[in-house]
Amino acid sequence: MSIFRLAAAHWRVNALNELQYRVNLVVQLFQSLIALATGLIGLSLVFRQTDDLAGWSRPELLAVMGVHLLMGGIIQAVVQPNMQRLMGDVQNGLFDYSLVKPVDAQALSSVRELRIWQVVDVLVGAAVLAVAVVQLDARVGVGQALWFVVALVLGALSIYSFWLILTTGVFWIIRIENIVELFQGVYQAGRWPVGIYPPWLRGGLTFLVPVAFAVTVPSEAMTGRLTPQTMALAFGVAVGLMAVARGVWRLGVRRYGGASA
Amino acid sequence: MLRLYAGAARMSILDQLQYRTANYLYMIGMIAEPVIYLVVWSTVADSEGGTVGGYSAGALAAYYIVWTLVRNMNIVLTPYAWEWRIKDGQLSGELLKPIHPIHRDLGGFAGWKIVTILYWLPIAAILVWLFPPAFSTDTFSVLAFVVALWGGFLVRFMLLWALGLVTFWTTRVGAIFDVFFTVELLASGRLVPLSLMPPWAQAAADWLPFQWAFQFPIETLIGRLSRAEILRGLGMQAFWTLVGVGILTLVWPMAVKRYSAVGG
Repeated sequence: MSIFRLAAAHWRVNALNELQYRVNLVVQLFQSLIALATGLIGLSLVFRQTDDLAGWSRPELLAVMGVHLLMGGIIQAVVQPNMQRLMGDVQNGLFDYSLVKPVDAQALSSVRELRIWQVVDVLVGAAVLAVAVVQLDARVGVGQALWFVVALVLGALSIYSFWLILTTGVFWIIRIENIVELFQGVYQAGRWPVGIYPPWLRGGLTFLVPVAFAVTVPSEAMTGRLTPQTMALAFGVAVGLMAVARGVWRLGVRRYGGASA
Repeated sequence: MLRLYAGAARMSILDQLQYRTANYLYMIGMIAEPVIYLVVWSTVADSEGGTVGGYSAGALAAYYIVWTLVRNMNIVLTPYAWEWRIKDGQLSGELLKPIHPIHRDLGGFAGWKIVTILYWLPIAAILVWLFPPAFSTDTFSVLAFVVALWGGFLVRFMLLWALGLVTFWTTRVGAIFDVFFTVELLASGRLVPLSLMPPWAQAAADWLPFQWAFQFPIETLIGRLSRAEILRGLGMQAFWTLVGVGILTLVWPMAVKRYSAVGG
């Protein structure tokens, strides 16, 4: 069975389950709007004092914020819930069942969960991005939009691989739940273009935690700042991280002792 | 009473000293927030000729480094805790004891704060090395800071404990708490020092308790306040703590009356 059909089947069941709880949509909508309002207030406070932040204008930073919300929604909807379930499964031995299935265990562990209401964040992010694009005076062509989508997919793959590497740590150190909070804290840094951070931190946000490729690079594509070199680097980092994640995963599974052992 | 506090504090100190890694992961995750604010505002200060809203890059560094300590001191019983205290009937046991449950919470959290301060020192040293701060502190402001730090803890502890009691009346508390925390984020000096806000927002913040738990201790230590302002701030802390006590004295008996245990 192809991994896409497997994912579709799991997500359909998840969506049907969550669709029973409609009030959660209102709760999620409310939380997304509060997050949006806080972000907009932060942005307007900065631009009360200055006209450009390290070379980024107000609509350009709005675009960064939109991409940050959008990518955050994707992470919360499909990446993080799967990784948290994997951590739990390894801790209490349910991971045995993933190993005996006929499909690849990494693929299976990466597509089982979907938090459908988090899609609200994706939509809010897309709306913010659209407003920003309009404010940018239609400098965006079809080509740019295409590169944006490519950069977004590469960024999502990098973040997924990074998350998987972190989660695989559970095979060695059992209690790593706090990593979730650590990641969310660091992901907040992506609300601003990584160029504003001091070099040591920029390096960390680019190669250690790929926030730069998840948020800043797609934003650069949308605001016409993307160079072919950056795009090639984003591609290289995504492929490299996926390979490393696969390697670490194999090592981890070999260490896994099972629940009844 | 003092022995009760000492006992609760000692128990939580011993408890927290066991979880060093967990405490550190938590604190490091928390560092990201002020570092982001600090970098953004230092960038703004640079592009505006060195200062923004009266803060130089060094003063901003001092602000956000002390921020990390005050933020940690500000973590008290979350109002969400009441949900499971009520749900699993834990509160029934507490109510049977001859002493108001707030005393044990207060002692326990105060003990944890002592551990927090110890854990914070190395983090502060690294931050000072990475972002050189500029303090203009004298002995008086250091001493006043020690008082203001614990005063801020007390203000926020009382307010959140009182806020948590909303849970006795409704189970849909998430929205109320979300709004509360957002207003607090903006009006406490946590997002930015209030002097960077528009004047009307500063005026609104003056009517709220939040800045006395957050910005006031920070500015006391970094030396931006005169003696008169520091004394007035300590007075405001006492005032808002008393407001919290007042609300609790009024509302707690009503809340307990409404409470019927689940699974007790």
